[in-house]
Amino acid sequence: MPLGASIGMQPLHAPDGFLTVPVALGMWVATIAVLVIAVRRTNRTLDERSVPLLGVMAAFIFAAQMFNFAVIGGTSGHLLGGVLAAVLLGPWAGTLVMACVVAVQALLFQDGGLLVMGANIFNMGVIGTLGGFALYRVLVSLLGSERRGRIPAAAMAAWVAVVAGAAAMAVQLAVSGFIALEVTLPVMLGVHALIGIGEAIITAAAIGFIAVTRADLFELRDAQTAA
Amino acid sequence: MAGLGVAALVVIVLVPLASGDPDGLNRVAIDLGFIDREQDPPFEIIPGYEVPFLDGSASTIAAGLIGVVIVFALVMVIGRLLARRNRREG
Repeated sequence: MPLGASIGMQPLHAPDGFLTVPVALGMWVATIAVLVIAVRRTNRTLDERSVPLLGVMAAFIFAAQMFNFAVIGGTSGHLLGGVLAAVLLGPWAGTLVMACVVAVQALLFQDGGLLVMGANIFNMGVIGTLGGFALYRVLVSLLGSERRGRIPAAAMAAWVAVVAGAAAMAVQLAVSGFIALEVTLPVMLGVHALIGIGEAIITAAAIGFIAVTRADLFELRDAQTAA
Repeated sequence: MAGLGVAALVVIVLVPLASGDPDGLNRVAIDLGFIDREQDPPFEIIPGYEVPFLDGSASTIAAGLIGVVIVFALVMVIGRLLARRNRREG
């Protein structure tokens, strides 16, 4: 691509208007409730040595989300990063990191609406950091140990988190009354089943890279999550 | 902290190669016809990940690097506040 050509970055997140005001506000209530718990938990357990890791993970997830990869038929996908954040930082610090990424994208780059920001944080962050991480824990114990099961468990949880986030968005669109669930859900699930493969690959690659270069980071997370 | 360099590399190397096609949600919104419901934002700072005075991929890279720095700084500040209070109470 010549340097002068415009990339024409596509919007990454739902704009205002996709959900009705009551649905958007309802999602804000749910998200704020989770964020309050996340702040309290993080406040109790966050080790000062982990703070730069939080910052770096947030920066990486922001950057990686900008990389839209082609999936099928004129459609792209991009990393969400919730499972990645939770596996490396723990679910609560991971939730705060995801909320910060989505907030900066909406406030600074006008990517993702302000009213629907609660829904965006919930669908792309909370579902991955809390739901995805819970699934990751189950998968890791099924696979024996975290050391052995880390990468396949993270990949599977990442895929499920993307598909579940898409399903949640389809439900919110349906409750908004714009489009019937039986119309939206199959197409949202279909396209995100493919995008989820990209999420799984990037999540597995990032965790594999860190397991090789900085395995000590996982111990830091465990020390905090246990506290 | 080397991770910050990885984030910058993603912006500089990978983002210019990103697909220009709509993502999953936007593709569905176009196909099912609810893309028109999109409302304009109440204010604009760096809309579309393009900074003024630069063209093409240089503009998107600059916007991406600004975002990397701001997201990093924001999370560092929040993390410091939470971790410091934690230490005082402990």
